[in-house]
Amino acid sequence: MTARAFLVRGLLVGLLAGFATFLVAHEVGEPHVETAIALEEASSAGDRAADAGHSHDEGTEVSRPDQRTWGLLTGSVAVGVAVGGIVALVAASVVGRIGRMSPGRSTALVSLIGFVSVALVPFLKYPATPPAVGSGDTIGDRTSYFFGFVLISVAFAAFSSLLAIRLIDDIGTYAAVLAGVGVYVVAVVVAGQLMPTVNEVGDFPADVLWYFRRASLITLATLWAVIGVGLTGLVGRLHRREADVVQRRALAATL
Amino acid sequence: MSQSSAAPTSPIVEVPSIPAREIAPWALFFGLLGLLVLFFISADQGAVSIPSGNAIHEWVHDSRHLLGYPCH
Repeated sequence: MTARAFLVRGLLVGLLAGFATFLVAHEVGEPHVETAIALEEASSAGDRAADAGHSHDEGTEVSRPDQRTWGLLTGSVAVGVAVGGIVALVAASVVGRIGRMSPGRSTALVSLIGFVSVALVPFLKYPATPPAVGSGDTIGDRTSYFFGFVLISVAFAAFSSLLAIRLIDDIGTYAAVLAGVGVYVVAVVVAGQLMPTVNEVGDFPADVLWYFRRASLITLATLWAVIGVGLTGLVGRLHRREADVVQRRALAATL
Repeated sequence: MSQSSAAPTSPIVEVPSIPAREIAPWALFFGLLGLLVLFFISADQGAVSIPSGNAIHEWVHDSRHLLGYPCH
């Protein structure tokens, strides 16, 4: 097993995940984005002439049909390949280092921890917002809060995982996993309580907000699920193939 | 050559690990590249703009919303 073998598989699976994410986002998420933009334009119809695009600043304007197809595809595939590559490199660096866990299982664990710490937990504190929710004046603050919280979440996920791995030999797997998960949960709950809450929903309809956020979470889950399941399968196959070669060599040596 | 000479029937397959010095350059270069891509998709031309303008923001607008990044 080499870093290259992991990375190639991660990029490939990431590409696939990008297309799957696009399909799910387009089918599940776009209807609610359109509803939100319609609401936004209805509320600001008095302020400015209605235009075909969805734009907040002067400058380039991309039409809605382009934004919800090619634009969405660009973003989904780029994020898919990047996340796939990074997950693969993390999986490559932990393989054989988590107790006696097989490469397939440790890869699955990395993907699961990645989804929880990079996507799910930040979403619970700073959930996705549809167009029309969120003031342009606070984008700077909201961006730093969001990425700050992602950073805290990922840092504690890494720390807790290392802690659990260290503890396995001393206190057993059950207690070590419990300790790791416990440290992570306490850390993100405390961080979540200390960090400012963003509430700019105003009188945006609650049902559209919920549909949009549910669709957004489904989109994120798709991205991580395809990467996790795909990479676990490919790494497992790679390991079985290499193990077979090792066994055959050992057998040949005994003849 | 017979089947019976294939002795270890329950082989404890050693789980291989990759030396840190072999992974480090890959992780550093492609990790940074990955983060750069994520930056352009998730945050560029929102709070920070490189380059200035809003073409990238506009183009990936919907993925930003649906992947949960603060968009505007």
